[in-house]
Amino acid sequence: MKLTLTVNGTTHTSEVEPRTLLVHHLRDNLGLTGTNIGCDTSSCGACTVHFEGQSVKSCTMLAVQADGGEITTIEGLADQAQQAGISTGDQDWHPMQEAFHQCHGLQCGYCTPGMVMAATSLLEENPDADEGGVREGLEGNLCRCTGYHNIVKAVLQAKGGA
Amino acid sequence: MTAVMGTPMLRKEDGKLLTGEGKFVDDIHVPGELWMGMVRSPHAKATITSIDASGALAMPGVQAVHTGPDLADMGLWIAPLPCAWPVTPDMLNPPHFPVASGEVHHVGEIVAVVLADSRYGAADAIDEVVVHYDSLPAAASVAEARDGDVLAHSDLDTNKAYHWPLVPDPDALDAAFAGADVVVAADFVQQRLIPTAMEPRGVLAVPSPHGGDITLYSATQVPHILKVMAAATTGIPENQIRIIAPAVGGGFGAKLNINPDEILALTLANKLGRAVRWTESRSEAAGSTHQGRGQLQHIELAADSNGKLQGVRVHVDADMGAYMMLITPGVPLLGSFLYTGVYDVPAFGFTCDGYFTNMTPTDAYRGAGRPEASYAIERAMDLLALEVGVGPDEIRRRNYINGGEAFENHEAASTLVFDSGHYGPSLDRALEMADYEGLRAEQSRRREAGDKVQLGIGMCTYVEICGLAPSRALGGLGYGAGGWEHATVRMLPTGKVEVVSGSTPHGQGHETAWSQIIADKMGVSPHDVTVLHSDTAMSPLGLDTYGSRSLAVGGVAIAMAADKVVEKARLIAAHQFEAAPEDVQFENGSFSVAGSPSSSVHIQELGFAAFAAHDLPDGIEPNLQEQVSFDPPNFAFPFGTHVAVVEVDEDTGGVKLTGYFAVDDCGNQVNPLIVEGQVHGGIVQGAAQALFEEAAYDDEGNITNPSLMDYLVPSTMEMPSMKLDSTTTPSTTNPLGVKGVGEAGTIGSAAAVINAVCDALSPHGISDLEMPASPQRVWNAINRASGNGEGGAS
Ligand code: FES
Ligand code: FES
Repeated sequence: MKLTLTVNGTTHTSEVEPRTLLVHHLRDNLGLTGTNIGCDTSSCGACTVHFEGQSVKSCTMLAVQADGGEITTIEGLADQAQQAGISTGDQDWHPMQEAFHQCHGLQCGYCTPGMVMAATSLLEENPDADEGGVREGLEGNLCRCTGYHNIVKAVLQAKGGA
Repeated sequence: MTAVMGTPMLRKEDGKLLTGEGKFVDDIHVPGELWMGMVRSPHAKATITSIDASGALAMPGVQAVHTGPDLADMGLWIAPLPCAWPVTPDMLNPPHFPVASGEVHHVGEIVAVVLADSRYGAADAIDEVVVHYDSLPAAASVAEARDGDVLAHSDLDTNKAYHWPLVPDPDALDAAFAGADVVVAADFVQQRLIPTAMEPRGVLAVPSPHGGDITLYSATQVPHILKVMAAATTGIPENQIRIIAPAVGGGFGAKLNINPDEILALTLANKLGRAVRWTESRSEAAGSTHQGRGQLQHIELAADSNGKLQGVRVHVDADMGAYMMLITPGVPLLGSFLYTGVYDVPAFGFTCDGYFTNMTPTDAYRGAGRPEASYAIERAMDLLALEVGVGPDEIRRRNYINGGEAFENHEAASTLVFDSGHYGPSLDRALEMADYEGLRAEQSRRREAGDKVQLGIGMCTYVEICGLAPSRALGGLGYGAGGWEHATVRMLPTGKVEVVSGSTPHGQGHETAWSQIIADKMGVSPHDVTVLHSDTAMSPLGLDTYGSRSLAVGGVAIAMAADKVVEKARLIAAHQFEAAPEDVQFENGSFSVAGSPSSSVHIQELGFAAFAAHDLPDGIEPNLQEQVSFDPPNFAFPFGTHVAVVEVDEDTGGVKLTGYFAVDDCGNQVNPLIVEGQVHGGIVQGAAQALFEEAAYDDEGNITNPSLMDYLVPSTMEMPSMKLDSTTTPSTTNPLGVKGVGEAGTIGSAAAVINAVCDALSPHGISDLEMPASPQRVWNAINRASGNGEGGAS
């Protein structure tokens, strides 16, 4: 099937099997391998991207369900912030990426792209989230390395800095 | 320049991982690659009666289907998958080939391999391979295996793989128990756990386009060990195999093995001259990656009437699973020396029987043997405290080695020598942070008020053995390899430092920590240091990362190599100054002659001098590069105290971890930020064993919760924020005085949490609860204790 997606500001038209998962399309066809896969039951959130401005687990959608839509992946997050007039600093990082770095909110980094995407949309929806709100908002994203302590700290710091 | 070691430097490795540029195995693709799909046994034990691949072979894009007998005929391997740790000379070790022939021994064992030209094509083809089995009764628990009525392997006449004793002085042990005022005996179950690194395992084998050699990308913790073992298993010469562990998404021991998929990808790619790949699916992992724990423990403490320990006796029945993998049989041995904990115990004995079962093989999982040991002794100490009628803090204080004061080189009854320890202050500090008195007051208040939500406070003072390991000690335990680590340090002509590390990170932050060590040793900026690792072509020598060994062995090797580079540079500087080397001093990266500090040369400038070699002292080789293989003289013994606070809802049985306080001592710290991160993650893995996780098998040996829907890896909601502190007792084992911290959190936390749950339930007369302490288990225990019977309506 023919499919048109705007990903990180670039429009791609591709031929895909109807059953192709969005996450596989992003990774295998468009080469955007920053979005990871950690499970096969929509449980881990490693595959979280923004679809039409909302965070979604890209393993729960067929690519064709996203036809015509706009997607931001971890690779495009900083650019998007910049376009929105948010400072991305020397490193060209979204403030959430910077906060994860500052707070040691990542170890192996496998959950990190999904975690950062979920965290940015969490703060968009709930800009005043306190620790409880951050924990609730990230419940669908699993991390095996950090024990979440520094992830929660990073999101609260990003909130403070925003 | 101020010290960089010991400061919370932000990690150098973060950038790529934060932006999605980090490349994990499944992110790497090459043209013409074939996808492997594994046809796996749905039976725990069965005879394969027929395999019909014709349906799969007729599908477009399917290149081949290979069964076990086919692959054996193709001559792809010369030996079964390796077990590097035959713990006794007569240990049983049935051959374990990448693909089964004849009889299968666990659910998930591979019975055929499909090769297809796409990810989805391989998945589809698996379903079209028709396999017929005659199902056989399975040994579906270690207790059943021990009973021996059902054999895990039909061609063995027993399930018992080995018996391993560590009883240094049997007479002293018997005397200790005969003379004891108090004996406490307890049985604990270490349930099986699914390690669940967030990145599933995966492989990609790429034959070189010019023939001859082959590169295997693998999500592994152990590229160096894999290279040696792959050569030994396949007969492909070592110099033709290159292993690359690219970004690796966590390991926790689960990526410390030689797996069927690794050998299959390597040999099939080599045979076909085409790249071959496989990525594990999460639900597949329960059968394709080894599991952790799986022990039945019996522990007895002998004490005098004051609770002073006289002896500790332990027996473990360990679940090997279906096969001996790389270090399967050795895992209980790694814990054996720790069943006396942080205590002064005059007499000790440990025995272990390893049993085959028809379940996924077990092997190392974060802590490997040591969390089990720490759990048993720390749970038993709480039982002893109840028996003697003192608090859990007091029973510990009465028994600490050297009365809780600092010590060095203590020889334990297990025969190991603890490098250093100072146990009193970590307990004091943890209780202070937790406001122990305040918590006890709140607990009494709730008890008196008959509150439905009761408070429990649990503690654990652990010690662990890390820095694996002195090669001689490993040899003494029957392990098949050494425990040294290799490092090369070179000052490049441009003044940058290149470090080649034989230890292999998968999230720990080696690049940052090694840069900090170099910065202090050589007086350069940590940002002028590049660390090469995880590729056997760049780093041919190494023994990789597990057992909290990277810093205490590999980091020390780097420091020693850096010292050697400085010494060589000193000779070059002395030559330039026309001074005697002993008159040349080195400070903050600069050499100068004592007494005339105005003329100096920086070590980074000498990189070019060594490279140009126009004016070097006679007899000096033209480079600034040194290497060290460091074999530590002893293990390192980190320790600490963890305090867990739980709320138990007596109506629902729900346990909520509401507070966690930990004081860890890992010797000198290179990067406190990384230390804290390791402790956080470790604590949560141990707490998860205590409260949530269990690989659940039914009577037929089927795993009932293989996916992340059912296997309860904790989320943000299950864990509280933690309060950490540390004490510093330098190791005497190595010149940096460092220990290790990768597993400490896990070793301390499961016992602390269950001690807290049992403390909350103690008014009901409940003194033990099996892990995981699920709401159902807790609720049943409360109802049983109050005489309502199990499962009664509430
Ligand atoms: S991969 Fe999408 S939720 Fe786990
Ligand atoms: S950082 Fe490793 S899974 Fe989160």
